[in-house]
Order: sequence, then structure tokens, then C-alpha cells
Amino acid sequence: MAKTTAPSNVAKSNRKWITGYSIIGVLLFITYQFLLPWEGLPLGIYDAIYQWMPPSAINESLVYIIMALGLNIVVGYAGLLDLGYVAFWAIGGYCAGWFMSEFFYFLNINFLGSVPAEAPGIHINFWMVLLIGGFICALFGILIGAPTLRLKSDYLALVTLGFGEIIPQVFFNGENFFGYNISNGTKGIVMVDPIPVGVKNLGPFDFGWKLLIFLFLTAVMVFISLRLRRGRLGRAWLAIREDELAASMMGVPLMRTKLSAYAVGAFAGGLGGVAFATHVNGVYAERFNFTISIFLLAMVVLGGMGNVWGVILGAFILSWVNGNGLTAFGQLYNDRFGTDIDFASFTFLLFGLVLILMMLFKREGLLPESRLKLMLHEGELDDEDASSSKKKVGK
Amino acid sequence: MANALEAKNISVQFGGLLAVNNVTFDIPNKSIVSLIGPNGAGKTTFFNVLTGLYKPSAGKIVYGGKEITDLPPHKIAEIGIARTFQNIRLFGLMTAQENLLVAMHSHLKSGITATILRTPRQRKEEREAEAKAQEILDFAGVGKWTHEFARNLSYGDQRRLEVARALALNPKVLLLDEPTAGMNAQESQVFIDFINKLVAERDIAVMLIEHDMKVVMAVSQRITVLDQGEKIAEGSPAEIKSNPRVIEAYLGKPKAARK
Ligand SMILES: Nc1ncnc2c1ncn2[C@@H]1O[C@H](COP(=O)(O)OP(=O)(O)OP(=O)(O)O)[C@@H](O)[C@H]1O
Ligand SMILES: [Mg+2]
Repeated sequence: MAKTTAPSNVAKSNRKWITGYSIIGVLLFITYQFLLPWEGLPLGIYDAIYQWMPPSAINESLVYIIMALGLNIVVGYAGLLDLGYVAFWAIGGYCAGWFMSEFFYFLNINFLGSVPAEAPGIHINFWMVLLIGGFICALFGILIGAPTLRLKSDYLALVTLGFGEIIPQVFFNGENFFGYNISNGTKGIVMVDPIPVGVKNLGPFDFGWKLLIFLFLTAVMVFISLRLRRGRLGRAWLAIREDELAASMMGVPLMRTKLSAYAVGAFAGGLGGVAFATHVNGVYAERFNFTISIFLLAMVVLGGMGNVWGVILGAFILSWVNGNGLTAFGQLYNDRFGTDIDFASFTFLLFGLVLILMMLFKREGLLPESRLKLMLHEGELDDEDASSSKKKVGK
Repeated sequence: MANALEAKNISVQFGGLLAVNNVTFDIPNKSIVSLIGPNGAGKTTFFNVLTGLYKPSAGKIVYGGKEITDLPPHKIAEIGIARTFQNIRLFGLMTAQENLLVAMHSHLKSGITATILRTPRQRKEEREAEAKAQEILDFAGVGKWTHEFARNLSYGDQRRLEVARALALNPKVLLLDEPTAGMNAQESQVFIDFINKLVAERDIAVMLIEHDMKVVMAVSQRITVLDQGEKIAEGSPAEIKSNPRVIEAYLGKPKAARK
């Protein structure tokens, strides 16, 4: 029988990650903020970075990581399938659009904003909008969850799917939402306010500094995930994932506990949505589509449901492949072999293939949570240990 | 002696099947009572009603002077009715300690913010909960498995852990569904001692579903017999042993005498 010792020591080592994370973060920051613009940098390296991992790509992958970490709380921790997570991304994005731009030009509200006080529109400080976006999403998470979380998981998945379709559609057609323009429709909301960080304001091209901001937000999500996971709520989520009925018989209120997973996950979606709006300097309705939900789900599954480091790895790999990796590889390939293949158009074929292979050979993901790995191989284990385990376990 | 729990005229209907038929049953404070009967008699179903999993089609349940018939399962657990399952339902991929901490969920208070910030109060609460969990694990005889995944424990230890988990709810009433199933005579004896000690030391009443007559006769103050959903006898072990209807119910279906 597979002997796994429980993660009592894992808990204690949770604090150590901050050091490692900070070192990697600072190195990335130095690379993109100082090394890349440095004149002495050999042209080869400069070109390579721009081809394989340009500043915008690394920032975008961080936004994906934030989202995936949020989805991980719903899917990985609580075991609830959510196929419409993109809705929270959209809502978060429009929060940035509404509260950090000239969209509401007929108003003039400025609360610690990063633009001159007389600028039309609503201009609330980025850091507050992050929270506002997070909380509005959490509220939507509760609104959508409350009537649906009673459903069996298959139906829940369908409802979330619908939600993920409806919300982006509302924004897509939002130029006339019961007579009001809430989204500028397909034109989108262009130009959101820069991010104020005290000494300066970070505009669309301050990639290096924004990298730091996104790294920070990611760290916050990791921190929240790990802390919650270890606490009262995280245990209840896991218990529900393991055996919902037993959990309720042990005093865990199913609805409330699932709702809290939904709300926390949605909150992260809001954060990511606001961050993404500042990253692309605008909000564009057509970007929030179903594939994003599936994409995020694939990140969580590829990396290893329930394990934040696995999810980060999964999100990083997939967003990179989708953003730059495949194109860069295609260029390399085409140059070398004189072909003319559009590699980028094979993205989803590749994802499908990867997911199928994963499901066949490594269901628990690249960096699985140890207990999930056990769970997914339960069938195999049970066969061999049905007779022997009862006596042999222990030491 | 007052009753910890009273179930009055409980009926449960599954489609055309009357799984429990007008059963009245009470559990006196600090007592050990047993529910026996052939397979399919409706014993587990009766437990499921007491713990709120099924709503009875008729009848009511009173606990601590209040009617609890319509409370949701987690509320019933929270106010002090805990159970184990006929087929062990531990959280297999959580540690023994975590299993107990889940059961303490409703008694702990820390919310999301306190957990994220790890406030001194939250840490104190967690420390105390862990200490209490350890105490219960020790009491139940599985104290050395604190950080072991529940599914890695031996069968007997899993049964004990399930009782420990139920005890972590700090219940007034403990419902055990065939707790000695699969145990040998010696293990059963250890279990009998454990139950007796439990009731002697704590303010708790135990209701037992059990097929092992040795265990039933040894621990029960009162035995109730169900057959095809109906209560056919109730009394002391001696009375039940000599009750002709009980003998008939069992001998009439020999395969049911022991699973
Ligand atoms: N959820 C359900 N839906 C339909 N019928 C059920 C359900 N649960 C139990 N039953 C039926 O109710 C009857 C009583 O079942 P129950 O499990 O309560 O018996 P039991 O006395 O616990 O038997 P055993 O000794 O085998 O555990 C059985 O005929 C069973 O098939
Ligand atoms: Mg039963």
C-alpha cells in the first residue's frame, strides 16, 4: 500500500515560500526593469527575451495565475466544478472600467485617483478598485451560488456555464442595458487610469513596475489560499470535497461553506479582472468568452488541483504557450525548416491533446496535492490493498 | 430519569415501502440503549431520521425539550447529536486530527479574515482545538495516528477514529451504527469497555445498532427490536432474550442473524 505521511510538516514550511518567492520576484523585476533596457545587454539575449517571454507576456501570465488561484479554491479545495469563471474576470474588468476611467464622463468623482482632479469620469484609487472589484465579484458569487449550490454538481456546472455566458453577453450588448450604457458594447472602455504607487503612476508601458504589482497580487492570493486551506474553513472545504454527506453530519453547513468557497474564488476573479484591465489598459467585451473559463480550468487541472504551486505552474505554462510560446516556437520551426505553418492556430488542439494525455497518464496534475494524488489513484490502490491493508498499515 | 432524546411515532416512507412504521423510541440520559433487528428492518433509516438526513413522513423528534424534526443535519449535529456510519465514512485523505477538527467546525468561530490574518485569537482557538482533538484521539485509543491520513489506519482504528470524530462534536447523544462490525471478539471487548467508560465519564447517552448479540447483551440497559419497520419488542436484555416474537423474527430469517 502506498504509504503517505500526512502533511503535518508541510504546514510548518508554508512560511518559507515567501523568501523563495521574493527572490524569484526580484530577479524577474531586475531582468525586465533594468536588464532589458540596458544598452550593454547583448542583442541576442534581448531578442531572445522579446521573442520567448516579452514583458507583456509575463505580466499577462501573472494575471492568469491570479485567476487560476481563485478558481482553485472553488474547484481544487471545495471540489465544485465551475465552468463560468470568466464572468468574474469580466465583472472585475468592468469595475476597473467604471471606477478608473472617463467612461462616466458626465460625472466628476475623484477619490485618491491617479489623474488630475478635474478629469471627467470616476477615478478611484487603483488599490481601492481592486477591493471593490473583489467584493462586487464575491457578491455576484454569492448571488449566483445561493440558488444553485443546492444542485447536484453536474447541474451546478451547467448553471455556472450559463452564468459565464450571460455576464459577458450583458457587457457585450451593454451599450443599451435597459436604456443605460454600462459597457460601451463592442467598442469597449479604452484607457483606464494608471496605477498610483506613491512616487509615480504606472501607465500601460511600465511593464517592469507592473510586473512587481502583479507579483505582489499573486503573492497575496497564494498567502490567502495557504492560510485559508489550513484553517477552519479550508478543512470544511476539503471535507466537502471528500464526503459531503459525512461533512454535513459532522456539523458543516454545506450551503454556507460552499458559498464561502464561491465568494473567495470570485473575489480573486475580481482582483484578476481589475489587474487585467490595467494590464491591457482597457476593457474589451469580446475578450471574456467561454474558452477563458475552460482555459483557467485546464490550468488548475494541469498544474494539480488543490496545490497552489501546481496551479501556478499550470497557469504559467498554459498562458505562456497560448501567449508567446507557441508562436515563438512556430517562428523558430518555420525559419529552420522553411515551412509556413501557423502554429498559433493549433493552440487549442494542443491543449486538448495535453489534457487528454494528462487524464490518461497523470490525472493528478504536474505538481499534485499529495492527498489528491492518492484519491485519483484510489481505484488502483484499492485493488491491491483490499486484502492486505487492514493488517499491514501503520508501522 | 429524563430523556436525552425522544422520537415519537416516527414513520418513513420510501415510495411504496414503509421502512419505519410508527416507531416511538427514547434515549434516557447517560444510558446505553440498543436497536436490533434483521437486515433491512429499518435501523439505519431510523438513525438517518434522527440525524436529519431524512425527514420522517410522520412523527416528531424532541431533543433537550425542543422539537428538532425540521432542523437541517448540520444543526442537529451542532446541538449535540453525533453519529457514526455503518460503512465507515471518514474523510480518508485528511489526517486523524483534521477529521476531528472538521467535526469541531460548528464550535469554532474564526472567520475568513481572522484565518487569513492569523489573529492571536484564531491561533489560540486552533491550538486549543488541536489539543482537544488529541485528547479525544487518546481517549479513543488512536492517539498515535494524529497526523496519519484516516484511510491509512487499520479497520479497527478507523472505527475508533469515527467514534472519536463523533465525540469531537461534544455530543449529548451518540448514535453508533454497527460499530463492532468486522471486529474480532477481543476487539469487541475493548470496544465494550470503551463505551462503558464513555458513558461513565461523560454526560452522554449512546444508542447502538448492533448485530453482535454478545455486545448488545453486554452493554445495553434497554434493547428495542425492529422488524420490517415495526417495533416488535422492547425491554431489558433478559426480557428480549426470552421474547418469542424476537426469536421468531430472527429464526424466521436465519440469514439475517449475522451479516
Ligand atoms: N434512501 C432509500 N431509498 C429507498 N429505500 C431505502 C432507502 N434507505 C433504505 N431503504 C430501504 O429501507 C429498508 C430499511 O433499510 P435500513 O438500511 O434502514 O435497514 P437496516 O435495519 O439498517 O439493515 P442492515 O442491518 O442491513 O443495516 C430497506 O428495505 C432498504 O432497502
Ligand atoms: Mg443498517
